Amino acid sequence: MRSTVFQFAAAAATASTLISFNSVQAQQAISIDGSSTVFPIMEVAASEFQKTSGGIRVTVALSGTGGGFRKFCNGETDISNASRPITTREIEACRSRGVAFIEMPIAFDGLAVVVNPQNTWARDLTVAELKRIWEPGSKINNWSQVRQGFPNVPLRLFGPGTASGTFDYFTEAIVGKSRSSRTDFTASEDDNVLVQGVSRDRGALAFFGKAYYDENKTRVTSLGIVNDRGQAVRPTNQTVSNGTYNPLSRPMFIYVSANSAKRPEVRRFITFLMNRAPAIVSKADYIPFTRTQYSQILSIFNRNRVGTVFGGKNQVGAEISEVLSRIPQ
Amino acid sequence: MQGEELDLSAIVKDVQMRKSISVRKFWDTLFSFVALGFLILGLFVLLLLVFQLFVDGREKLASLGFYFSFPAPSAEEAGILSAWVGSIFVIMVTVLFSIPIGVAAGIYLEEYAKTSSSQFVRFLTDFIEINITNLAGVPSIVYGLLGLEIFKETLKLGNSVLTAGMTLGILVLPVIVVTTREALKSVPSALKEGSIAIGASKWQTIWDLILPASIGSILTGVIVSVSRAIGETAPLITVGALTFIAFLPPLPFSPRLEVNVDTGEAFQVGNYGPFDWLFSGYTVMPIQMFDWVGRPSPDFRVNAAAAGVVLVLMTLALNSAAIFLRIYFRKRIKW
Repeated sequence: MRSTVFQFAAAAATASTLISFNSVQAQQAISIDGSSTVFPIMEVAASEFQKTSGGIRVTVALSGTGGGFRKFCNGETDISNASRPITTREIEACRSRGVAFIEMPIAFDGLAVVVNPQNTWARDLTVAELKRIWEPGSKINNWSQVRQGFPNVPLRLFGPGTASGTFDYFTEAIVGKSRSSRTDFTASEDDNVLVQGVSRDRGALAFFGKAYYDENKTRVTSLGIVNDRGQAVRPTNQTVSNGTYNPLSRPMFIYVSANSAKRPEVRRFITFLMNRAPAIVSKADYIPFTRTQYSQILSIFNRNRVGTVFGGKNQVGAEISEVLSRIPQ
Repeated sequence: MQGEELDLSAIVKDVQMRKSISVRKFWDTLFSFVALGFLILGLFVLLLLVFQLFVDGREKLASLGFYFSFPAPSAEEAGILSAWVGSIFVIMVTVLFSIPIGVAAGIYLEEYAKTSSSQFVRFLTDFIEINITNLAGVPSIVYGLLGLEIFKETLKLGNSVLTAGMTLGILVLPVIVVTTREALKSVPSALKEGSIAIGASKWQTIWDLILPASIGSILTGVIVSVSRAIGETAPLITVGALTFIAFLPPLPFSPRLEVNVDTGEAFQVGNYGPFDWLFSGYTVMPIQMFDWVGRPSPDFRVNAAAAGVVLVLMTLALNSAAIFLRIYFRKRIKW
């Protein structure tokens, strides 16, 4: 036993020696945690940054937006990823421990509402129709109840798990109150399960992040959502970034601790991230802001502007140009 | 005449008995076939799953780069280096932490506490025993919360290999205690009595006789429980395992570098101490796999399948080590 363990350990040690001699490892480290929705962007950023930074270590964990803020306000992490603005309670938690933060929007995310490709009747839905379907206690379980003229086909609903930020945002944007939804739908934390469910059922309806729709365009069809100007708009990079696909598109954020922002490696990472954001964000299958907007965001960081411009509340259909012109209270 | 009559009834009895035996034999055979059928069904499903994983992940499994590159945003470049090295480091801590404590606790409970003359100690032992048996069935996430509270929050060990290893250590501890006790029980009591009769002390009896005789079964239990721990995800997510990490825990005495942030040049500022690897961030195989399964891009599912095969092989290696050790130590027992 002993010799087996030692051999095993020795093999592992040898392997890791060989590798660590090849890749230089620096002592400086940047720790990032938070939303799993923002994770892909930070993974691309961290991975590309480490190739050029001479070995500054960047780690990214995913505890969810709320879990991320808990560690962030404890001073455990340098950067917190968030798929929604920081809440009043989280601001309080940060303040009580003396953690100030710089709020930086990083990209757009769109939520796609999808149906089965054999669904030939529904091309678009209004927010009111979606609300009738999803509100708590809703009794709608057939397409004929959704709109006059829709056929008599049972309606089956799929959605992300109630712990996800996507669920929070959808319910807020559609039902009007975060986390308030009917409960008799098939929920899964794994969006691939939702795609599979919709692709097998002619009467299915689901919502999830646009990236999953983009990867599965042959298996599911997206619906147009009638926006506040009365146009039915489908989720594309263009409609999300120009604000016509509303209310189901949202900005995502990173929060940088003001203490960490003093460290040169963190400054270098944020500068790197903002300078290359359009490419990094597209590579992670999200929708970037414009170059000018990213340099505006970088200047927020460089001016060390702490605080949030959302006042502790989430906001449906926020336009990025307007958000960037705000001043934190 | 009478004898013939008796013979006749004996023959009837004999025939009846043969008949009933053959009926029972039939049921016996039938049952063994049904049991075999279920066994094959179970194994077949398992093999099918592993085979499916293997087929899905075969291109990744065949490329050496997969084993020696860090996670990356694109499926082609992404590898499992930090995951398998992390798994091995974490499991090493688990083994070093849980074996001494678990085996010692098992020895105490079985050899000392049970025969104690004090009523209180015996009551306490019963109480502990019930708890340990219960603990062996507690869901792993509960151990995650325990690890978070004790190791991370109270002892301030951070998101480290040490926290993870010790959390998994307490997870496997009950199983180790229980199997140690079972192994000690299986040593014939004549052996112990003989040893004490020729004047050996209790400790000498345990160390020189009972432990060598039961070490095979103890190790089997330990390894089987550790191979369960290697696949655990939930408690490690709770205690803060990372998802993207592109470096390995620093080896003892390897150079500690610092980067000039402006120029990107690295220079040495000393060496890592012998225990710095314990405090490094980490990720493990099942977490890496879980991350890949949930990605939008189907390419990552190939990586996930390949990582799954590697994880199954790691578990298989541990389990075959257990079987090998059991056979090896059985052979050395002579009585």
